[in-house]
Amino acid sequence: MFSDIITFDFLRHTFLTGLLIGLIAPLLGSFLVVRRLSLLADALSHVTLAGIAFGLFIEKQFLIAFSPLYSGMGFSIIGAVLIEKLRSLYKAYQEIGIPIILSGGVGLSVIFIALANGFNTDLFGFLFGSVSAVTINDLYLISAISIFVILAIVLFYKELLTLSFDEEHATVSGIHSKRIHFLFIVLTALVIAASIRIVGVLLVSALMTLPVAAAMRLAQSFKQLMVLSIILAEFSVITGLISGYYANIPPGGTIVVISIIVLMLAFLWNKITLKHPKGDRVS
Amino acid sequence: MPNSIIRLENVDFSYGNKKVLENVNLNIEQGMFMGLVGPNGGGKSTLIQLVLGLLTPDKGKIHLLNQPIEHFKQWNRIGFVSQKANTFNKGFPATVFEVVAMGLTAKLGYLHFMKKKDKQRVYEAISLVGMEDEAHRNIGNLSGGQQQRIFIARALVSEPELLILDEPTVGIDYQNVDRFYELLHRLNQEENITLLLVSHDTGVLTKYATNVVCLNKTLHFHGNSEEYTALSTDYLSEIYGHPVQVVVHDHG
Repeated sequence: MFSDIITFDFLRHTFLTGLLIGLIAPLLGSFLVVRRLSLLADALSHVTLAGIAFGLFIEKQFLIAFSPLYSGMGFSIIGAVLIEKLRSLYKAYQEIGIPIILSGGVGLSVIFIALANGFNTDLFGFLFGSVSAVTINDLYLISAISIFVILAIVLFYKELLTLSFDEEHATVSGIHSKRIHFLFIVLTALVIAASIRIVGVLLVSALMTLPVAAAMRLAQSFKQLMVLSIILAEFSVITGLISGYYANIPPGGTIVVISIIVLMLAFLWNKITLKHPKGDRVS
Repeated sequence: MPNSIIRLENVDFSYGNKKVLENVNLNIEQGMFMGLVGPNGGGKSTLIQLVLGLLTPDKGKIHLLNQPIEHFKQWNRIGFVSQKANTFNKGFPATVFEVVAMGLTAKLGYLHFMKKKDKQRVYEAISLVGMEDEAHRNIGNLSGGQQQRIFIARALVSEPELLILDEPTVGIDYQNVDRFYELLHRLNQEENITLLLVSHDTGVLTKYATNVVCLNKTLHFHGNSEEYTALSTDYLSEIYGHPVQVVVHDHG
C-alpha cells in the first residue's frame, strides 16, 4: 500500500485523514467515556447521516457539487444543540435526548434517501467508510476540524477534566460548567463529522470509545488514558486501512474489528499483570 | 474587630410551600471552627447551598467575606468538600495529583496553564493532608478516608480562607474519624483556615469545633462548644424532635 500511497492521490488523502481522526476521535472519546456519554456519539452520528443524505439529495436535485460533509457537520451541530436543549427540559431524565435525536436522525435520513431516489455508492461509503472517497477538499475540511478540536482541547483541558470528574465541584468553584459542556458537545459533533468519511456513520462511535475502553484497563492517570488510547486508535486505523484496501472491504469494518481485538488483548494484558483490575470496580 | 467570613441576616428559604429555613441569622468570624448540627431535614444542606450561591434566599441577606453574595466572584477563596464527594466515579482514571490540581482550575482561569509553582502548590496541599506518598496513585484505589483527604486537599490547593465541609465523615471508618478531625483542627489552628462543618454526629464535632450552631428550620443554639455540651439533653431532644443522647468526648 505504501508505494500506492505515493502513486495515488486519493490513497494519500485517505491515509492522512485516517491519521487525523485516529488522533482526535480517541482524544475527545476519553472525555466522552469517563463522562458516561458514549451513546451521545451514536446519536450525533445518526443526525450526521441525515445531514449527509440531505446533502446528497440537494446535490442530485439541484445539480450543484458540494461535499455533503458540510451539511453533515451542520446537522451534527444542530443535533448537539438539541440534545442539550432536551437535557435541560428533562432534568431528571437527562439521557432521554439521546434516543430522541438518534431516531429523529434515522427518520430524516430515510426521508432524504428516498427523495434522492434511494441508495447509491456514495451513501454506502458514508455508512461503512471508504478507502477511496476522500477528496482533497475533504482533507482540507477534516484538517481544519482537527486543528480546531486539538486547539480547543489543549486550551480548555483543565476545565474539561475538572468538569468530567465532578460537575458539582466544577460549578461551585466558579467554572462555567454549561459553557464548557456546550463546547464539549460541539467538539464531539465536529469529530463525528470528520470521522465519517473513513469509518462511516454506523461505526464512528466505536472509534471514539473502543480504544478508550482498552486504554482504561491499563492507564493510571487521565494523561496516560489519552496517550494510550491515541496510540491504540492509530494502530487500529492504520492496520484497518491497509487490510481494508487489500481485502476490498470498507475500512469501517476492519478498523472496528481490529479495535475490538486490541480491546481483548488489553483485557488479557490486564489479567496477566494486574491483580486489581480497574475500570468498573465496585466499592 | 474580627473579620466576618459568612453573615446571614434574616434568611428565609422554602422549597415550594415547605419552609425549610426561617429567619436565620448567623455570623461566622475569621478563625472559627463552626460546627453546624441539627436533625435530618432541618435545613443544614440547604443553608450550605445558599452560602455557596447554588440557591437564592427568598428573603434576607447573605454576605461572604464582607461582600453581598449577589456580587461575590472570588469563589476560589472558599473551599467546599461535598457530601457527595465520595460518590465519584471510582473507575475514573485520574491520579491523586490530577484530582488535587483540579482545585486550581477556576483560580488559574481560562487559557492559563499550570506552571511550576502551581505544581508545587499541588504537592504542598497533598502533603498537608499527609498523602504525599500516594501522589501518583490512582484515586479509585485509595480507601474512603484517604479519598476524603484528597478532596480536602483539592479544596485547600487554591488557598481558601474558608473551608465548608458537608458531612465529610460519611463513609469513613470509625477509627479514622478522629484522625480526620485532627487534620481539620490542625488546618484551623496552624493554617488559620475558617471552617464550617455540617454533621449529625454532635459528639466528635463538639470535641474539636470552637463554636456550634444547631439548626432545625430556625437557629436554636448559637454559642461555643462548651456551652453546647452543657445543654441539657431535654433541650436538645426538643430541638431534634426526638430523644438525643449527647456523648461528650474529652479533649486529648
